[in-house]
Amino acid sequence: MKLKTTLVAATAAVAVSAAAQGATLDDVKAKGFIQCGVSTGLAGFAFTDSNGNWDGFDVTFCRATAAAVLGDANAIKFTPTTGKTRFTALASGEIDVLYRNTTWTLSRDVDLKFDFLGVNYYDGQGFMIRKDMGVASATDLNDATVCIQTGTTTELNLADFFRANNMNYDPVPIETNAEAQQKYLANACDVYTTDASGLAATRATFENPGDHIVLPEIISKEPLGPLVRHGDNAWGDIVRWVMNALIIAEEKGITAANVDSMASASTKDPEVKRLLGVEGNYGEMLGLAPDWAIHAIKTGGNYGEIFEKYIGENTAIGLSRGLNQLWTKGGILYAPPFR
Amino acid sequence: MSMTGQPPVEAFRVSQLLYDTRYRSYTIQVFALAAIMLAFAWAVDNAVQNLEALGKDIDFGFIFETSAYDINQHLIDYDSTSSHGRAAIVGILNTILVAVLGCIAATAIGILAGVLRLSGNWIVARLMTVYIEAFRNIPVLIWILFTVAIVNEVLPGVRSFRGPEGMSGLFFDSVFITNRGFYIPAPIFEAGSAVVGAMLVLTIAAAWYFGRWARVRQAATGQILPVFQIRLAILVLPVLVAFFAMGSPISLEIPALKGFNFKGGIYMRDSLIGLWLALSVYTGAFIAEIVRAGILAVSKGQTEAAYALGLRPGRTMSLVVLPQALRVIVPPLISQFLNLTKNSSLAIAVGYMDATGTLGGITLNQTGREMECILLLMAFYLTASLTISAGMNAYNRRVRLKER
Repeated sequence: MKLKTTLVAATAAVAVSAAAQGATLDDVKAKGFIQCGVSTGLAGFAFTDSNGNWDGFDVTFCRATAAAVLGDANAIKFTPTTGKTRFTALASGEIDVLYRNTTWTLSRDVDLKFDFLGVNYYDGQGFMIRKDMGVASATDLNDATVCIQTGTTTELNLADFFRANNMNYDPVPIETNAEAQQKYLANACDVYTTDASGLAATRATFENPGDHIVLPEIISKEPLGPLVRHGDNAWGDIVRWVMNALIIAEEKGITAANVDSMASASTKDPEVKRLLGVEGNYGEMLGLAPDWAIHAIKTGGNYGEIFEKYIGENTAIGLSRGLNQLWTKGGILYAPPFR
Repeated sequence: MSMTGQPPVEAFRVSQLLYDTRYRSYTIQVFALAAIMLAFAWAVDNAVQNLEALGKDIDFGFIFETSAYDINQHLIDYDSTSSHGRAAIVGILNTILVAVLGCIAATAIGILAGVLRLSGNWIVARLMTVYIEAFRNIPVLIWILFTVAIVNEVLPGVRSFRGPEGMSGLFFDSVFITNRGFYIPAPIFEAGSAVVGAMLVLTIAAAWYFGRWARVRQAATGQILPVFQIRLAILVLPVLVAFFAMGSPISLEIPALKGFNFKGGIYMRDSLIGLWLALSVYTGAFIAEIVRAGILAVSKGQTEAAYALGLRPGRTMSLVVLPQALRVIVPPLISQFLNLTKNSSLAIAVGYMDATGTLGGITLNQTGREMECILLLMAFYLTASLTISAGMNAYNRRVRLKER
């Protein structure tokens, strides 16, 4: 089957998976690590540190998943994917889960045969431009040259936005964020457009971030979240509930520091007890150890901690929580009840 | 009773298939064919089965669906409401554009470099050697990225042309070389330009006819006319007369900076220029070696004989050496043209929207129809390559040695 797979993938560029039919959890346990698809490099979200280790917002969610399933946040193999290669990588079984600022859309969910498991960042598409161009609104961008990452929803939103506003533009399709940044800085395009979080992350790496502004218009909804192959519900449930567990942990005030003491039954909150495996058999239902959520939370803390550490207001990227604040604090981050 | 003298005809025996060398090769071929077909059938069946397991069918219906994305360089009308099929055609035309431009430039560069490498001038010959070795031995993708990076990073930005103290363009402020590409004037045809165009066609025919007449005359009398100068006069003068007689119906639209970019004129984008340049200098290096081999394949005696007849070196090259060298040059030249065309699929690395960028890139990605897109793409490249082959083979048949 392995040889078969290689052959067909090589000859027809259609990747076919041995594991497509539902046994991802068994496969992962047998291999001893999770294969996680991430961005090729986006400051704050997925990057390699000075030691070559992957780190970042999306990466930490991957690590938390590995910790929940295997008890080890480093039992993970990262595969950098571009906007174009990510879906093939997932469909072919090269990766088990894709955490790569991927927008949840109907056609991806239904036609491409993937399962989106929730939203770990609510985003929208924005435009970045040099301050001294004197442009204050995206509706002033008629005839501009726009750098855009190819193979993304932003490509389609951009076409819609300019058509709806009766404007022309000159799209410059780019493969990765790094190339786009280079083109934009060389002035080969006037505007760079991608998700607003991506713009903030990119701008943070500039020599003079203050020379560039993100225009006020957000032209689309971009719910970014993890996805797995369609049809493997057991595996999808695990990835979904690891993410939910981190959100619930923030709601309940469980942090990386206090999770152990919370688990040692000092708390009276029954939902916390259920989450941390003190009560009930929810880990068993998922096919995991009872303390899976403890491992997940210990990896990088709860949702809020991860957010603040990598992309929050105190980082160079400086994103405010906005929509990504908990529903109890004015945002729309909302995890289903843990029971 | 008569003896025929022929050996008795043996009845065919099955064992001959294995032990008789006359038949054994058929046996081997039949088995080999069967094995290949089996392997192929298995691969197809495996693909179909696995696609089914993924819940994917083969369906080309997406070709007629709205593409919803824009393409920067489109030679035919196209916008985001056009179909995926039209996007594919836009990409195919872009591929053809860069392939044709590339083949022409590569041939010119190759012939020049190949001839110069044989030059008696030590410096020129060595310089050409350096060029050829450097370009042949570095992957073309690197050259493509390199040239586009040079265009983007070194050339002035569009903004540096802005304002009264901004830079001015070349050729009386009409050509603008920027890091977004070159903006050159475009001709505008007004009423009466048809007359000028017709005159141009006529003069081309006349120049061609004159060339033929001069050759016949030379063969008959041995006199050589200044063909080039006369041809130039035939080509240019009547067209000029027609142009002014009709009241200058053709004018130039000069690009001008408006808003974010230059407007008007012809825009050759950075990716097209970078790709074209990289492909042609890279392939040109290979063609140079082919040209050199072709020239060296012509016996030195031919050159010496031509000199002995009193032909000057230039005429010796064009009349004696090159026509014979072409027979050696053309067949490998075909494969270089094919290489250039196929290498143009690297265009996506610099954002040039060729067939691989539209059909095999955005369309594939947005529709998720990998199999169908790749099959269509393979069909296109195969067709393009076979067409080039057929054309060049026809040319090869014309120039090859006629054996009578």
